[in-house]
Amino acid sequence: MSKESLFSKKNKSLLTDPLDDNNPVTVQSLGICSALAITVQLKPAIVMALSVLFVLSVANVVVSLMRSLIPSRIRIIVQLVVIATLVILVDEVLKAFVYDVSKELSVFVGLIITNCIIMGRLEAFALANSPWKSFLDGLGNAFGYGWILIVVAFFRELLGSGTLFGYPVLENLGIYELGYENNGMMILPPMALVTVGVIIWVQRMRNNKLIESN
Amino acid sequence: MNVNKNSYTIGFASVMVIIVAALLAYTSISLTPYQDRNIELEKKQNILQSVGVEVERDNSEIIYSQYIKEELILDDKGNVLDGSAFDVDLGVEVKKNIADQKLPLYISILEDSSRCFIIPLRGKGLWGPIWGYIALKEDVNTVLGAVFAHSSETPGLGAEINQSFFQEPFRDKKIFNSDDEFVSITVIKGGAPDGSMHAVDGISGGTITSDGVTDMIKERVSRYLPYIEKNKPVVNDTLMNLNLISKVYE
Repeated sequence: MSKESLFSKKNKSLLTDPLDDNNPVTVQSLGICSALAITVQLKPAIVMALSVLFVLSVANVVVSLMRSLIPSRIRIIVQLVVIATLVILVDEVLKAFVYDVSKELSVFVGLIITNCIIMGRLEAFALANSPWKSFLDGLGNAFGYGWILIVVAFFRELLGSGTLFGYPVLENLGIYELGYENNGMMILPPMALVTVGVIIWVQRMRNNKLIESN
Repeated sequence: MNVNKNSYTIGFASVMVIIVAALLAYTSISLTPYQDRNIELEKKQNILQSVGVEVERDNSEIIYSQYIKEELILDDKGNVLDGSAFDVDLGVEVKKNIADQKLPLYISILEDSSRCFIIPLRGKGLWGPIWGYIALKEDVNTVLGAVFAHSSETPGLGAEINQSFFQEPFRDKKIFNSDDEFVSITVIKGGAPDGSMHAVDGISGGTITSDGVTDMIKERVSRYLPYIEKNKPVVNDTLMNLNLISKVYE
């Protein structure tokens, strides 16, 4: 077996594909529920993106290491146990040593377990590939998920509350004096769907690979 | 090795469960002291915050002992019981009958040597418990400050109750109306009427949590009415009258 370099073209595409051509949120429509729940503000969205980054890449590596040992009939249960264990470990460590971050995360921790992107990557990729490739795949997908989350949160916080990271941007620009008002709709969950929809629209306009032929 | 045999599957599952259980139990037990310490310091930090003293969590222990002078436990008749308020777990108490509940009350002496009464709160939000502290000035009517916290309210919506923009308006509101009836403080969806002494603005999209705050304050503070009745500074009115008279004479 010829040894493949760590960053061969194929491995690099594992990292970059999920950012655009095969984005877990906009192309595969996974992880939408958390994209709705936590994108009202930018800060929780970033914390969520980082948490998913950690859980997804580590879970991918762990499952990939065990892939020849896992009985196929209970593989979903095994994947779930790996994810849940990691999430609980992270939660416990955060609570003990970085209490403020753990408070910031609060309910998101539970949401990570139910994030279908993580199960999806374990099932579709880690079970059939080497640990290094699985690690790259995990990173790539977490980035793909994360940037959508952050873009959605950016627009929802800016247009809904007029702030970014809680800092009153629009007020300082003096836009309210011109008669502008915050759009309260942006705070409500349906507008996250609309925002994701707009991102998908823009993405499909620019990326020819995503245009369906029929 | 055939990984799809029944015996292997059962064996794999058993071993996995044992390893995971041991790992999680070990982590939980070894980290509990650190977590409890964080929670205790945060409680002290929150109590201080309600009387307007902002401290870093790590310093809250020392400053707490400087400000909080009494930690009382009351019964529903307003009598003082034995024990320290800090040891009362309100989450357990609120589930008991009203007559059996221990009511914790903190008394703080502020820099201007005035006393204030801190009543711990606990109630229900949308997804889980919410709690907090409301500090009343010496007249046991005017709010000195209020702090709220939650375990699992929706981020960006109900979870905003722990932000200062929500807590700040509670200051200087009154829990009794001009006829001396207990009216509590209401969180109003769509905004409190201008100049209202008993209402504050709610949070857009966080109505159920906001209502939870209203109910929590009303329910909890009402339990202390017998004690407040006993300890209401009657001198206050006379003093105010004297002040007025002396002003007139000036």
